[in-house]
Formats: sequence, C-alpha cells, structure tokens
Amino acid sequence: MGKYIVKRILIAIPVLIGITIIDYAIMCMAGSPLEMLQGPRVSEAAVEAKKIALGLDKPFYVQYFVWLGQLLHGNMGYSIKSYQPVSEMISSHLGPTLLLMGVSLLVSLLMAVPAGIYSAIHQYTKGDYAVVTFSFLGSSIPGFFLSLLLIYIFTVKLGWLPSSGMTTLGTGGGFLDVLKHMIMPVIVLSTSMAGSNIRYIRSAVLEILQQDYLRTARAKGIGHFKVINKHALRNALVPIVTVIGMEIPVLFGGAVIIEQVFSWPGLGLMTMSAITSRDYPVIMGVCLLSAVVVLAANLITDILYALVDPTIQLD
Amino acid sequence: MGKVKQTEQNVKINKDIASESYFQTVFRRFRRHKLALISMIVVIVLGGAALLAPIIAPYEPDAIVGPFSGAPSREFWLGTDQIGRDVFSRLLYAMRISLLVGIMATLISTVVGVVLGLIAGYFGGVADMIIMRFTDMVMSFPYILLVLVAAAIFKPGLWNIILILGFVDWPGIARLVRGNVLNLRETNFIKGNIVAGMPLRHILFSEILPNTVAPILVYATSVLALSMLDEAALSFLGLGVQPPTASLGNMLNGAQSLTVLTKQPWLWIPAGLLIVILVMAINFIGDALRDALDPNSR
Repeated sequence: MGKYIVKRILIAIPVLIGITIIDYAIMCMAGSPLEMLQGPRVSEAAVEAKKIALGLDKPFYVQYFVWLGQLLHGNMGYSIKSYQPVSEMISSHLGPTLLLMGVSLLVSLLMAVPAGIYSAIHQYTKGDYAVVTFSFLGSSIPGFFLSLLLIYIFTVKLGWLPSSGMTTLGTGGGFLDVLKHMIMPVIVLSTSMAGSNIRYIRSAVLEILQQDYLRTARAKGIGHFKVINKHALRNALVPIVTVIGMEIPVLFGGAVIIEQVFSWPGLGLMTMSAITSRDYPVIMGVCLLSAVVVLAANLITDILYALVDPTIQLD
Repeated sequence: MGKVKQTEQNVKINKDIASESYFQTVFRRFRRHKLALISMIVVIVLGGAALLAPIIAPYEPDAIVGPFSGAPSREFWLGTDQIGRDVFSRLLYAMRISLLVGIMATLISTVVGVVLGLIAGYFGGVADMIIMRFTDMVMSFPYILLVLVAAAIFKPGLWNIILILGFVDWPGIARLVRGNVLNLRETNFIKGNIVAGMPLRHILFSEILPNTVAPILVYATSVLALSMLDEAALSFLGLGVQPPTASLGNMLNGAQSLTVLTKQPWLWIPAGLLIVILVMAINFIGDALRDALDPNSR
C-alpha cells in the first residue's frame, strides 16, 4: 500500500511540472500585461521601467524559473493590478469557495445516492424513468440559465431570496443571512452534479445487483431488505467514492461561472477579474492551486478505491 | 398449445434476429428508446430549421426592423431586442452558430483523440508514456478554467472558440481509444495481420479503427452536448461568439442587465430553453446509442 502511494505521488510530480510549463507558455503567448498600462498619458520610458521592474525583459524560460524558484520558497508573486501577494489573495477568497463547494457536493450526494440506488433497484419502472429523465435534465441545463431562472422566480417574482453576494450589505451577516444567500448557488451547482452522478451510481448498482454474491444472498432467503441494505449498499460505496473524486475538478470549474452570476466573493470571482485584466501571477496561482487540488483528489480517490475494494490490484 | 405457439414465435424471432444486418440490429434496439426517438425528431426538426434559417427567418438577423425591446406580437413572434432586431430570426441563426460550434469542436477533438489514442495504444513504450502524461496534464486542469483562460487570451471569435473547445475535449476520447486498442492488439485477427506483414496504416485504420468506432460515436455525442454547453457559457460571459453574430449563449448575455431579466423575458427564456432542449435531445440519443451499440445487449 505504502509503495503504491509513493508510486502515485512520483507519477503526479512530472504532471504537475508539465502543467506549470504549459500554463506559463499560454500566458506568455497571451500578450503582455503592459498593454493595459499603455495609454496617451504613460510615457515610453515609464513602460520600459515597469517592464524591467516586473522582470518581463528577460527571456521566457528565465522568467519561468524565477517564478518557480520563488514558488518553492512559498512566494507566489504579487498581483500586477493590486500589488497584493497572490497567496494572500487566494487564501482570503478560498473560504467562501470552499463553503460553496463543500455544501454543493454534500447536497448533490444527498440527492444522487438515494436516487441512483432507488432507480437501479426499481429498474424500468415509472419511478426509474422519472429519475433518469430528471438526471438528464440536470446535466443538460446550463448552470447560468438555471441561475437566471431561479433569480427570476425567487428574487424578482417572489422576493424571497437575495441574488448576489454572501451577506446583506450593511449588516454583520450571520449564519441565517449567509444561508439565504447560499441557497440558489448551491441548487445550481448540485443539480448539474447530481445529473451525471445519478446515472453513474445507477449503472454501478445495476452491475452489483447482477453479481453472483447477491444471487447467493437472495438464494439464502434473507429477504429483499437485507439483501439490498447489507450486501448491495456496502459494495455501492466504490462508485460513490469515484463520483466524489470526479466531482472535485468539475466543482472548481463550475464555481467560476456560478460565482460570477451570483457575485459570490470567492476564488471564481477573483479568477474572472484576473483573467479579464490579464493579471498573470494571479491566474498562474489559481491554475496551480486547482491543478494541485485535482491531482490530490485523483490520488485520494485511487487510494480510497483500493481501500474500499480489496479486489483491486496495486501494481 | 399456447406454449408450443409461443416457442414457435420465439424461434421465428430468433431467426429474424439472426438474419438481420448489423445496422438493422442497432436500429431495432435504438427504436426501443421512445425518448431517444422523440429526441431524434426534435434534433432533425431544429437542425433543419437552423439549416434553412435564411428561408424560414422572417427578417434579416442583424437588421433593425422594429421597435426597441418590443413585446412578442403577430409581427414579431418572439418580440424584438434592445436595438430592434427580430428575436425569432436571430434565434434561428443563433442555433446555426451553436450547432456549428458544437459539431466542429466535436470533430476536431475526435480526430485528435483518435490519432493520439491509436498511437499511444498501438506503439506503447515511450510514445504511450508521453501521450498519456500529456493527457493527464490536460485533464488535471479544471476544464472550464482552461477554456476561460484560453478564451481570454486568444481574441474571442467563432473559429477561436471552435479550436479551443476542440483542443480541450480530446483527452477522454484518447483514453477510450487507447484502452480499446490495447485490447484489440491482443486479438488473433490483429496478430494475424501483423504476421502477414500488412502495412501499419492498414492495420491501424482498416482493422483496429472500425472495431472501436461504436464507443467513439457514443462518446462523441456527449462531447457534442458538452461543447454546446461550453459555447453557451463562454458566449454568455462575453468570451465566446461576439455580437452582432447571434449564438444561443450570447443571446442570453443581455439577461445580465436587470431590465432585461425582469421586464423582457422573451429576450432570454427562449434562447435558454433551446439550449436545454437541444443538449438534452443529444444526450438522450447518445444514451440510446450506447445501449443499441453494446454488443452484450440483445
């Protein structure tokens, strides 16, 4: 087991380095952040001075190694726009995003696991068709359109829920206030995740139900309830672990657009504004963070997978 | 008596099944999915409408023909937008663009994925390692973040969106093809080909590829659905297809303003519903194809 984990980490490292190189190359092709500075009131000399100050006059690979070296010392650089340290910006925006992502993941599992299992046990019944159709709807509706519909219904028509931010301006916030602001973004994020998860769990449980050990359990005559709850569900843990692992990168991406629509003050909102102002250090920091999170999620999924399913061979 | 009759019937059915061609089998299984059949009709009707947009559309899509933000009326079925263009006509043209983006992006990613998957699976070794590590890298980026960054960097526009989506969607297909090739390489008919000294191109494209077309086709439908969703999201954020060209996503862009959102629902609800209907229909078709092409089902 230990050997397996070490091997997986060793594979992940070159992937991570590759990611930073690709990322850096794309950024450099993009054009210079100095373009944003240029204007009739900025002199040529000032732009040149800025260029040297930012180290942009050096060749691409030198800039990359400078950045990488700083990174190893825990320094992710400074935002070109606000001059704040990138690591500080990320950590101050991370909380709201983690809150949103965690709750959405939980809600989507609470929807998807029972629905997927129900649907598999009652295959080809009306209930199954309803669940599957809903899951297709969930994965086919664009998040931003669902957001607009929810805002239209719950904010504009009914006036029940606030449509932007995390707390009401001018108040201290508080648990209930945050909760109210969170309802719509969580619905949107968890619906789209639940859509694909339901079908995944359904087909995984269907496969389990056809296994020999379940036939044996049924043949023993221990009753439908026990067969499902003791024998089938425990084995359904494997697909559920996979689903959680698959959702982490999706969540990270989905949050960008949803945070934009709901003005949720998280990483996504910060990233969008960094993208539009070409704030390289910030974009690089976010990309790196998300790549690490995704790789870590994959790693943990694989390890959990090996723990939950003893038949998987580690080599 | 009844039992004998039933057995006879079964024999007859089995005979029918045995004598039908591959495509007949697939079609017979596909037809069992009623939702997929309906979806097929929906896609054909909407696709036809998009294709025939210049004939069907009552007005030029970019021409100013009516009042500003006019409500739906007999003259303008879905009203007019903020600068007086006919929403219904624009919707038809938008569908054209969105389908074009989806189909082209899917084609590009399928070709890239198939070629890389074939190379990695067939040759193995260093080529396999490099390609699969590269695939891991692309897959480790949160997908939308990568698309957003790329869309912000390259000037937003129709063909750039197609290229970006095409070059981001391929890893899934590459993995799928690689896995299938690894399995096929161990089969006797491929080994026979190698022993017989058939040219590599023949083995790869005439022997291996046809045997892995079915899963590629199924996967491609989900890529099509995904890339249409992504185009919509990008255009909604203003990083995709640029106005005045209409796409389903950028027609929703207006709904970011409060007046449009609250007072002029005809400007954004129809475009959003069209995306949902199209993507859902494509997903249903893909699901039915998966069952129909599965060699293990009857």
